[in-house]
Amino acid sequence: MNQEAWTLLFLPLITAVVCQFILRKSFITPLASTASALITLVLAISLLGREGTLSFDWATIGDFKLSIGIHLDKLSTGMMVVVTGIGTLVHIFSLAYMDQDEAKGRYFTGLAFFMFSMTGIVLASNFIMTFIFWELVGFSSYLLIGHWYQKASAADAAKKAFLCNRVGDFGFMIGILMLWGITGTLAFGEMEVSPAVSTATLSAAILCIFCGAIGKSAQLPLHVWLPDAMEGPTPVSALIHAATMVAAGVYMLFRVQLSLGAEVFHGLQASVVIAWTGGITALVAALMAIQQDDIKKILAYSTLSQLGYMVMAVGLVAGEAGMFHLYTHAWFKALLFLGSGAVIYSCHHEQDIWKMGGLWKKLPITTACFGAGFLALIAIPFTSGFFSKEQILEAAHHEQPVLFWIAVFVAVLTPFYMTRLFLIAFMGKPRAHGAEEAREVSPVMWVPLAILATLALISGYPFIAEQIAPAYLKPHHLIHLGFTTYVSIGAVLAGIAAGFALYFGKDKDPLDIPLLRNKFYIDDIYDKFIVRYFQDTFAALIHFFDELFINGLAVGGLSRASVSVGNFFRRVQSGNLQAYSYAFGLGVVLVIYFTVFR
Amino acid sequence: MASLNEYLLVSGLLFAIGLAGVVLRRNIIVVFMCLELMLNAANLTLIAFSRFNTLDGLPNYNGLMLVFFVITVAAAEVAVGLAIIVALYRTRQTIHTDELTTLKG
Repeated sequence: MNQEAWTLLFLPLITAVVCQFILRKSFITPLASTASALITLVLAISLLGREGTLSFDWATIGDFKLSIGIHLDKLSTGMMVVVTGIGTLVHIFSLAYMDQDEAKGRYFTGLAFFMFSMTGIVLASNFIMTFIFWELVGFSSYLLIGHWYQKASAADAAKKAFLCNRVGDFGFMIGILMLWGITGTLAFGEMEVSPAVSTATLSAAILCIFCGAIGKSAQLPLHVWLPDAMEGPTPVSALIHAATMVAAGVYMLFRVQLSLGAEVFHGLQASVVIAWTGGITALVAALMAIQQDDIKKILAYSTLSQLGYMVMAVGLVAGEAGMFHLYTHAWFKALLFLGSGAVIYSCHHEQDIWKMGGLWKKLPITTACFGAGFLALIAIPFTSGFFSKEQILEAAHHEQPVLFWIAVFVAVLTPFYMTRLFLIAFMGKPRAHGAEEAREVSPVMWVPLAILATLALISGYPFIAEQIAPAYLKPHHLIHLGFTTYVSIGAVLAGIAAGFALYFGKDKDPLDIPLLRNKFYIDDIYDKFIVRYFQDTFAALIHFFDELFINGLAVGGLSRASVSVGNFFRRVQSGNLQAYSYAFGLGVVLVIYFTVFR
Repeated sequence: MASLNEYLLVSGLLFAIGLAGVVLRRNIIVVFMCLELMLNAANLTLIAFSRFNTLDGLPNYNGLMLVFFVITVAAAEVAVGLAIIVALYRTRQTIHTDELTTLKG
């Protein structure tokens, strides 16, 4: 068991290193990376159901020991299957999608490095290790978003993602230290909160940790990086910005909840804040998704909205429901992104849904798979999304009626914007040259889609969820017909009906809501207010001090002093032979005077 | 026979003439000759001291020995110095110290 676990962690790192330094641009690099992902998937499946902690000391400072360890339990092994499963499929899909790319060696090296970082977060046995891999994940995400760094927008998006994550990570680091102070340990397996700790202190610590999740899982107000991150290659969006990395925030929160004990979180102010942040993110992101035209942007806002659901569930101390939704969402959102990748690929890199249309005739298999993901996302009964969303709604109904109604409204919006996407892009008539010429993608691309489509439909059923879901509370009945079920089915039907009514057979968007189209102007506010008034003022101030003290006195002053001393002594060097000999003679006279007559 | 002071006076005059030539003249060959003059002024001093510093009626030969060394070194120095002057003239086409100002800072 030990060897398997350690191999699972370090194989992707070794692959990344070998690819980076030895294989480089060789045609083997993509295959090596894919093979590594496949092996980790097999290892992850073989580790299912194992429990225990392995670790070795990495650094010892006095009494304080820092260890690198692997914590195996249902949560981490299940999550590993999700990560490596989607990772493998994305690798295979990328083999075809990135075939023509000049830098695919770099791309696959980045993927392998991402797999290593993500595995580290999932398997981490203590908070320091989580934090290290947390940053590594941010770094590999930066590399992959900026894969086409020649495009200014991609380079900017990569920078934005990194900076937004850094903002959250400062809070995360403070939170980790506070929690260390409270519990006296960093290991997940040993955490315990003594009753003496005041709830206010605990709330503050958990909120600081939540800051990390806000950054990584792109919750309001740091959500701005995720839609921009769509500048990266589409398989990367599927793997990192839909299924795994952005879910790391939720995973980490649930891990903390498990370690401290769920009862600690009941009635804590921090839980309320977390739940409301999630709920509001879900609502705002779904509203933004309604008016986007870029197929990947729609899916990105949809991801934000679903992440909001998960965070809300964790905040409502129904982490199992949140993790279950994370697990089903990972499959169907990876499917939707890879499907959109296939569409973009066959439409000659066209991303505007209004320039697609009629794709179901040209791309029957892709359409069928995308359709399965669509049904799961809007939570049609008997698909995986339905089961998990049901659990979240149930929890919300139980704990917080207001949040419940917000969640229901989001459940109306989700089918609405997804119906819009599906009708415009896949139905109707082709509206642009790219869509007319679209051809079905190769099996290397549609086989991963088909596998994901199957999982999107069946992964919510107990027979499979009990095996591989990171957290799963088996319901007493498969479908419990109660108030929430009626409401959620009604919401889905209402959303679909509204979508059909507005968008069936349309060639132009009948709705035009500038507020939503411009994403509530949040990006503009950040740009105008924070960047211009805060950052630029601060930069001007620093520039002033830099010019005055560093440049003017410290560096410039020293150099000016030495220049003037040099100028003075320069005159001694007259270049006249006789002057030298005269000075020399004078020197001799002086020496004789001092040695003989003094 | 002339006294020691007269010898020293002549030697001092020679040395002063040499030094003045080195410092004031612009032609590098003349400067070089003045340099030799200064060496020979020193030689004259040595011989004078050697002659007047007698031991058992014989002069002190240490001073004479030193003069031979000086003459040998001076001969070597002339060879090297003239070679340098020739090389200098070949590259710069001048032997006037006013025009040799490469070292000016």
